[in-house]
Formats: sequence, structure tokens, C-alpha cells
Amino acid sequence: MPEFLQHLLNALILGGTYALLGIGLTLIFGIMRVVNFTHGELYTFGAYMVFFFVMVLGVNFFASILLAMALGVALGALIEFVLLRPLRGADIDTTMLVMIGAWIAMQNLEQFTWTGIAKSIDHPFPLDPLVIGEVSVSWVRVFVFAFAVLLIAVTYLLIHWTRLGKAMRATFQDRETAALMGVNVKGIHTLTFAFGSCLAAAAGALLGPVFVVAPTIGDLAALKAFAIVILGGLGSIPGATLGGFVLGLAEELGAGYVSSGYRDAMGFLLIILVLVFKPTGLFAAKERIG
Amino acid sequence: MSNLKRVALFVAGIALAAAAPIAGSAETIKIGVTQPLTGAVAASGNYVAQGAKIAESFLNASGGLLGKKVQLIIEDNKSNPKEAVATAEKLIVRDKVPALMGAWSSTYTLAVMPKLMEYGVPMVVETSSSGKITTSGNPWIFRISPTSAMEAQSFGTKVGQFNIKKANFLVVNNDWGLGASNQFQKMLKSKGIAVGVVETMDAKATDMSAQLAKIKAAGGDTVFVTTGVEQITLVLKQMKEQRVTQRVITTGGSSSPDQLIAQAGAAAEGSFHLLFFAPWFPGSAPNPEVATAFVNEWNKRGHNFAGLTEGFRGHDGIMTIAAAIKAAGKAEPKAIQKALWGVKVDGVNGDIAFIKQGPKGKESAQNIPNVYVVTIKSGKVALP
Repeated sequence: MPEFLQHLLNALILGGTYALLGIGLTLIFGIMRVVNFTHGELYTFGAYMVFFFVMVLGVNFFASILLAMALGVALGALIEFVLLRPLRGADIDTTMLVMIGAWIAMQNLEQFTWTGIAKSIDHPFPLDPLVIGEVSVSWVRVFVFAFAVLLIAVTYLLIHWTRLGKAMRATFQDRETAALMGVNVKGIHTLTFAFGSCLAAAAGALLGPVFVVAPTIGDLAALKAFAIVILGGLGSIPGATLGGFVLGLAEELGAGYVSSGYRDAMGFLLIILVLVFKPTGLFAAKERIG
Repeated sequence: MSNLKRVALFVAGIALAAAAPIAGSAETIKIGVTQPLTGAVAASGNYVAQGAKIAESFLNASGGLLGKKVQLIIEDNKSNPKEAVATAEKLIVRDKVPALMGAWSSTYTLAVMPKLMEYGVPMVVETSSSGKITTSGNPWIFRISPTSAMEAQSFGTKVGQFNIKKANFLVVNNDWGLGASNQFQKMLKSKGIAVGVVETMDAKATDMSAQLAKIKAAGGDTVFVTTGVEQITLVLKQMKEQRVTQRVITTGGSSSPDQLIAQAGAAAEGSFHLLFFAPWFPGSAPNPEVATAFVNEWNKRGHNFAGLTEGFRGHDGIMTIAAAIKAAGKAEPKAIQKALWGVKVDGVNGDIAFIKQGPKGKESAQNIPNVYVVTIKSGKVALP
């Protein structure tokens, strides 16, 4: 029983960060119809920025996370402005190829800047874990989970309760009509991409101190993010949130009770099942690309 | 006329550019190296490459080989078996190296091996420990690192002092990890020690919480961990988080205890590590002058001290190839292969010489290296 509870707790903590990764990606796809292959690199970028601020400049840990997120916004806006804006109206394949190119270029740039050797980031939390009965979890992971849930909530509120969110949803439903109603679609695109990038950078900034930081960490993160988005239904924020938790649970219980060798396969097995029985994902939004 | 001139200049330029490398190659003896300089196990690969470069400058400082300078061509296999094959092929076909050293992980080495057969080029294997490498009938393989079986056997002579009752395993899910787990299980069982659960992790995985929860539930006093230093760091940290108090013993020689102290901090305390070189005590190495000279040069270059436990492999591998080229009297693959069988090298690890392993008639070569055990005590590396 304590083992099962520990697995559940691990899944919950892992799911929170997975959800955060998925939301940024699903937002960008839903509103811009762009398959963002640079998502994993923005994650890596966030992690390296925290490394830079905390370990090189000695900035406060919490301030560093906020700074990394702010720089994530800037980098996202830059990518949108330089690469995606000129390609608006281009077919999805062209955009995809450009984003794959950007992904490779960014990963190599990270490697050039920081070398291939993994870095570790100090955090101010105690090393001894938080113990609840039979189970335990590290303080830094509790913080990461809380921060992730906060960001997910903020995203949800932003989309549903603000004028900006309304404009985003309008663009998502029908770009042309939204433009006719006076929505600045170009601006919405830049903002959406910057916001999605910010969430990816935040995930990297939060998980960098939990794990280690290396130029290729974004690959696995992006793979999980894509899995979560497909699981939850493209473009759906509740879907991505739920998808994140479901993936965390599938991995944790799959590794715990089936075989750890197939831990990463569990998530994909689940995706196959979802796609077979509910091809639009768990929470598909009504408006989707063909 | 001016157009013609321009064309002529252009052609001359191309001819010069093409001729330059050929002219260069006549004066140097090239040795190819494929290592993971980037990706999941980048730290280790870079250390091996740094060690190899030290060997290169040692050789050139003492007059090179056969009157020529030694030139290493180091390629990045990106911690990926497919890339390992591509780098080996590039080194053999384009750079025309007569011998290779590589490719760190057993999985990369196994991937490269058919290419050695295809082109007939010998490779000195400096790190990989899967038994399959020397038993699959590839006569171009010369391994200086110990097999997992040798490592387990050597540790078996010391296992009594650890008083292990029941051990679990957490290994990377590839040829190296699975091979080590098999050999160590066999050794433990032969000593009457119980084996609990055997868990695996993907080489890229960062979260091992599920595996650790299972190991904790299985009980036992020791967990054997086989993977690269990046993942060992994560395992140690996450064990602390989940209050898994079993003693950790890492195998495979890629634990780099100093890096663990720096990156895992207190979580590394009390862990044990099997190593093939103990750079904290070079004076007690079998060839103290060689070991001390290597450690001094490493420090002089400002390399990370933590990398010495990997870096020495690069040195020993290149020195082994150099000894064979010297003995062969020419830098040709077939001659080097033949000469490698007879080399006696004073390596950093110890004396390097090869015995035959694998199916008769197409044996691979295997060296019998030394194995050391160290522990981390009050934030410092110590002998147990």
C-alpha cells in the first residue's frame, strides 16, 4: 500500500509539470495552427537561463525563474516575428520545416554556448524530503508542482475571463471573422506564441533545478508535450491539463507494476488506445484543423 | 581574357584546396576517435577525448611515430548508435585512418562493429563493457576496458566486506546496463546473496521515481546502479527524496565521484563506486610514473579533475594503438591489427596486453584491467 501511495504522489507531481508543458504547445497549435517544434528548446532555454542567473550571476532563485520566464516571452515573440509572421498563409508543411530548422539551430546554439556537459542548479530548499506518513516527496518538487498549478490556473483565467482571452478564443474559432470584428490577429499570434513560449521556459526553469541541464533535455520534454497534446485533444487547455496527469499516472503505474523498461512506452500505448477509441483526443475542441 | 583568368584562378584554388589535406596526411599518422561529445553521456565522452589528446601530445613530444607526427581525428557520435556508425564510416572512408578508438557505450561499439569487419580496420575499445563485444567473433576488436563479467568477478573477491544480504538493481536499459546486471546477479547468487528487483531506465530518462518506489518496497540493503554519471546524479538525488536508504554501489567505472560530490552533494554521501583508475592516489597505481605524469598533465591543462576516471581511458587507448603502429613499422590496418596482439603497454590503469576471447579462428582481443573500489566519505573520495 505505501508503494502504491508513493506511485500516486509521484504521478501527481510529475503530471503537474507535464500539464504545464502540454498547455503551451496546445495553445500555440489551437490558435495559430503551428506545430511548434521549438517547444522543447524553449524548455531548455528556460533551464539554462536559471542556471545562468543562479549559478553564474548569483541572482536569487525565485527571481531567476521569473527572469527566465520573461526572457522566454521575449524569445518566443522574436521567433514569431522573424520566422512565423512572414510565413502566415504558407501551408502547414512549410511552417513545420521552418520550425524543425529552428529547433536544430537552437539546440546547437545551446550546445555551443554551454557545452555538452550537464550542469546542475542549486536550489534553496532543504535536501531532506517532506514526509507524509509512509510517503515522501522533495520540497523542491512540491514547489514546482504548486508553481505549475498556479501557472495553469492563470492561463485558464486569462483565456476565459479577459478581453485578450476572448480575442484569442475568437481567433481560434474563426480567424477571418475575428479579423473582421476588429481583432488584431497579427498581434494575437505574437502574443499567443510568446505566452506559449513563456510556459515552456517556465517548465524548463522549474525542472532544471530538479534534474540536470543539458542541451538535449528539450527533446524528451517536447516528445512528452506532443504526447500530452494528442492525448488531450489539440487546442484544448483542460485536455492538456488532464492529459498531463493521465500521462504521469500511466508512466508511474506502468513502471511500477508492469515493467520499468517500458516506462516511456506506456504513455504512447495510452495514446494509441485513445486514438483508436476517441480519435479526436479526450477533450477535443469542436473547431479543429482538417 | 579576364574571365579566363578568373576561371584559371578558381581552378587553381580548388586544386590547392584539394591538395592541401593530402600533403598534410603524408607527414602525419592519423588515428580516428569516435566519442559521445554531446548528448546524454557527453561528459564522459569529452573526458575520454581530452585524455586521448594528452596521449597525442605525449607521443609528439617524444618524436611522434615512425618519424611522423600523430594526428587524432575526433568525431562526435552524439550519444547515438546510428551516429556512431556514421562517424566510424567517415573516419575510415574519408580520413582513411588505419585504426580507431571508440565508441564509449557498448551500444555504440556494437553498432560500429560490423563496419570494422566490412572495411577491415582495427578498433581499440576503451570503455564498453558488454560481454557480447569480444564474444561475437569480430577479430578487429581490441578491448582494454574490463567486461562486466571481469568487473563482477573482481568485485566478488571484495564482496564479503560489504556484508550484503539482499541487493536490487537499477540499470540503464541498454547492452551495458543489462549486461552488468546479469553478471553481477550471477556473482551475487554464487555467494548466496539474494537478488530483489531489477529495474531499468531509459538512457535519456530524468525521472526515476517509479523505479525507486519499487526498489524501496522490495527491501534489501544494497542497490547496484549501472549508468553514466549524469543519471547516477539524478538517482542519488531522487533516492534521498524518496528516502531510499539502501547503500549504492555503482559499476562500470563511469561514476566520476568528484562530479557526484559537486552535483549531488550530500545525496552522494556513503555511496561506493567501482572504478578502473583512482586518480586521487596515482602513486599507488601499478605504473606510478605513467599515472602521475598523466594526472599532472591533466591538471596542467586545467581539465576537470572529476573527469580523470574517464579521461585515462583515452590516454591508454591511444598509447595502445601507438605501440602497435610502432611495432608494425607502418600505419596500415592489417599490420596494426597483427601488431596489437603482441603489444605490452604501461598504461595508467596498469599493464595492457591482450588475451583471446570468442569463437575460435576469429577471436577478439581482451585486456585484463585493474578494478578499484572507492567511497564518498564527508564529501571526499576515500578508500573503503
